Amino acid sequence: MEHDCSLASGGTGCISERQNSIITTGKNKSRIHCADDSLAGAVSQRACVFCGARVVLNPITDAIHLVHGPIGCATYTWDIRGSLSSDSEMYRHSFSTDLKEKDVVFGGEPKLAACIDEVISKYHPPAVFVYSTCVVGMIGDDIIAVCKDASERHGIDIIPVESSGFLSGNKIVGYRAAAEALMKLIRPKPGEVIEKTRKLNFLGEYNLGGEKWLIERYLNEIGIEVNVAFTGDSTVAALKRAPGSCLNIVQCTGSMHWVATNLEKEYGIPYLDVNFFGAENTADSLRRIAAFYGDPEIIRRAESLIEREMNRITPIIARYRKKLTGKRTAIYVGGAFKAVALIRQMKDLGMEVVVTGTQTGKQEEYDTISGLLSEGAIVVDDANPAEIERFLLDLKVDVMAGGVKERVLAYKLGIGFVDHNHERKECLAGFDGAVTFAREVYITTCSPVWKHLKASIGGEEL
Amino acid sequence: MTNKPANSTLRVKEVNENQCHMCMPLGGVIAFKGIEGAMVLVHGSQGCSTYMRLANVEHFHEPVDIASSSLNEKQTILGGEKNLNKALDNVLRVYQPTMLGILTTCLAETMGEDMDRMIRAYLQEHPNLGVEIISVATPSYRGTHSEGFWATTRAIIAHYARVCESHNRINVIIPNISPADIREIKRIMGLFGVEYTLIPDFSMTLDRPYGGRYQKIPTGGTSPADVSRMPGAPVTIQFGLTCPDALSPGLYLEQQFGVRLINLPIPIGVDNVDQFIAALSHICGKPVPEQLTLERGWLLDGMADAHKYNAEGRPAIYGEPEMVYALTGVCIENGAEPVVIASGSPHSKLKDLVRPMVSDLAEQPFLIEEADFASIEHAAVSAGATIGVGHSGGKFLTERHGIPVTRVGYPIHDRIGGQRIFSAGYAGTLAFLDRFTNTLLEQKYGSYREKKKDEMALNRVM
Ligand code: SF4
Ligand code: SF4
Repeated sequence: MEHDCSLASGGTGCISERQNSIITTGKNKSRIHCADDSLAGAVSQRACVFCGARVVLNPITDAIHLVHGPIGCATYTWDIRGSLSSDSEMYRHSFSTDLKEKDVVFGGEPKLAACIDEVISKYHPPAVFVYSTCVVGMIGDDIIAVCKDASERHGIDIIPVESSGFLSGNKIVGYRAAAEALMKLIRPKPGEVIEKTRKLNFLGEYNLGGEKWLIERYLNEIGIEVNVAFTGDSTVAALKRAPGSCLNIVQCTGSMHWVATNLEKEYGIPYLDVNFFGAENTADSLRRIAAFYGDPEIIRRAESLIEREMNRITPIIARYRKKLTGKRTAIYVGGAFKAVALIRQMKDLGMEVVVTGTQTGKQEEYDTISGLLSEGAIVVDDANPAEIERFLLDLKVDVMAGGVKERVLAYKLGIGFVDHNHERKECLAGFDGAVTFAREVYITTCSPVWKHLKASIGGEEL
Repeated sequence: MTNKPANSTLRVKEVNENQCHMCMPLGGVIAFKGIEGAMVLVHGSQGCSTYMRLANVEHFHEPVDIASSSLNEKQTILGGEKNLNKALDNVLRVYQPTMLGILTTCLAETMGEDMDRMIRAYLQEHPNLGVEIISVATPSYRGTHSEGFWATTRAIIAHYARVCESHNRINVIIPNISPADIREIKRIMGLFGVEYTLIPDFSMTLDRPYGGRYQKIPTGGTSPADVSRMPGAPVTIQFGLTCPDALSPGLYLEQQFGVRLINLPIPIGVDNVDQFIAALSHICGKPVPEQLTLERGWLLDGMADAHKYNAEGRPAIYGEPEMVYALTGVCIENGAEPVVIASGSPHSKLKDLVRPMVSDLAEQPFLIEEADFASIEHAAVSAGATIGVGHSGGKFLTERHGIPVTRVGYPIHDRIGGQRIFSAGYAGTLAFLDRFTNTLLEQKYGSYREKKKDEMALNRVM
């Protein structure tokens, strides 16, 4: 196998145009080019605008999610997230207008209208989200008009999500489309009054593996109630009550900052950035939320919860740290928020982070990341498999954290892997999540299988 | 059990709810990956290709690289040539394939991209490229992944095939079956000592033994030199009874070059395997090898052992037309009379082929073409199906209706080992049958005691 990509200063990409998307911490001060669209011909790990919108809105449990386009766009996103629901399972269905040749030629609006009527008469949902895809954008279907008509016809919210994939390869644009759809949904109708409460909204929480439920348990224990999460285990009715909260806590900045800013502008709700990945982060977030409420009882309860949980998990995590200290890790995830959280958690486990990459990071975020890493660590935007392989081997990585596509790559190289994607089934948030995470890193990094794999190819020499 | 109208069709609706099929270029990707030295580029927006990678990665547990021309909004107006050229530059430089397959997405086809002209122009500008470029039109509004697979296989053959001297290497054309099944078909031909060109052979490219490295282009696959000599073969065996004539690779070879076509079902099930073995024995004028006679004997023995259990099975069979046809045969010959036979594909010959097979059954099954899972579930429940047979899309049969599913076909994303599901040949059929019977038994014994108590002692008829 020819392997001509060397790891010279600054990290030379295999495709020279990608040089600016890879930097080495401490070496070059050049800015990473992350807002660029994916390079044509590169095997990007990125998805599309539609995908971004779909993953944000999908966890709204009782809404119907109707994908307007040819079949594939819907097939690929059917039940795509590990978000759990306490009630309706409607969101786990995948509805497609399944455009055919004649629709593409003569326009898909009639079919869209018919599909909306059909799903409403069959399921009577409280709201329908209609996603546009590339072909729909191309043929110029006016989904806004079709949705408006249908909305009047049926008397429910039918919300267009303008997510034609070709708008950008960058999921962030899709997060924004979803955010706009959410704002549309929650805006009170004229004359409608939303009662103000002392509850908070939890933005950027998708209830993967029940994470929302766990954090809600903590908050309830310290005397705070969650109004609604955006969008894990949410319902249309609950989301409509969002303007009645006194605080927004924002977890995944990539998708939810814009919403938070707008909720502040429109309804005067302040927001706080939080992060429940990792024990320290969780403790810190709880403290800041308690401080916002300023109630001494809440603060006291928060402190006692933190103390109890820390006492419980510290010895367990220490056991894992002992096994993991000095191991080398690479991180390649969707957004910078997740990357930063992972870097902290890996370091907490005594590990060295030698590569960090994201699909959608912004410049400031990459600056933050570089600041967290030690000299010589690589930072990369929108990496392709050839690059990832090179980093994993050259930097002798023991374990990688990433999504599904990176998992098989890591295994091919005989390297451990931690799932950190939106399909995962495990709860990785909060104090319990920190333990689960440590355990997952441990079982894969220190698995006995690697010994056999390495032996079969003659140990170290690759 | 109520009597249903014979061979009823259920799907008379506009919306497709929970898709039973994938999109057309995806099938093309799998076919291209079965050619030696091949890389694939999808001409369209980024998202489609990322989704196709994901679908394949989850099924095959291999890195499956698919490049994209990453079209964006601007090019949908101006045309995608610039992006395509750039994509070609990059993918050829990084992957250095000897063959590049290009598949169009719905978007590219809707834009009316003239692929032939653009590729010709590119090749003229780069005269000494040393790579064959084959482009196939695969808009999903025209076909499913099954049609994409056939169309691509046909296009590959049409690209390479040249009039040549006759030789005695037979042609074998396979549908989308598992790498394990491809290997079994090859082993059987090996036992006969017959020489063959099997296409598309993704048995090694999409199921690689551990080797310590990620290969940008995995070794293995059908060699283009062999494909070019297919017109000189004495005969073509194609496992493609359901394949539409216009897409049939075997028919192409027959019509263009006079190579006699023997169209057979996938060799799963004693009848279907017998047909394959008889054809081979006839072609090479040799008796059936002792080993195969033994394997047939073991299969028959197993069929006897299991026949009463299997008779309790009321299968709902769904998936790609070719696979569904073969599985219908196995179920019927083992006394498990299908109650639902369904495929997402609207174009195949499945219905006509299956009708005579089921006309004698006591109860007429639902035959559904262009099926989605809403229609399959509805039919399965109303017909009292006790087992599903097909890909992972049927998971709701189990989750919502307690009907277990024996997984077979494509895609398998909620279980491990989709790439090595073994069902072909006598040995594979027996393996399939064991999985099928044991699924029934597990279900039966899981609830047997409770059920009997209810029925017999408490007289609560279920
Ligand atoms: S646009 Fe077409 S090719 Fe792309 S994912 Fe959708 S159905 Fe598949
Ligand atoms: S067609 Fe567009 S929206 Fe659909 S998957 Fe492809 S890029 Fe995404």
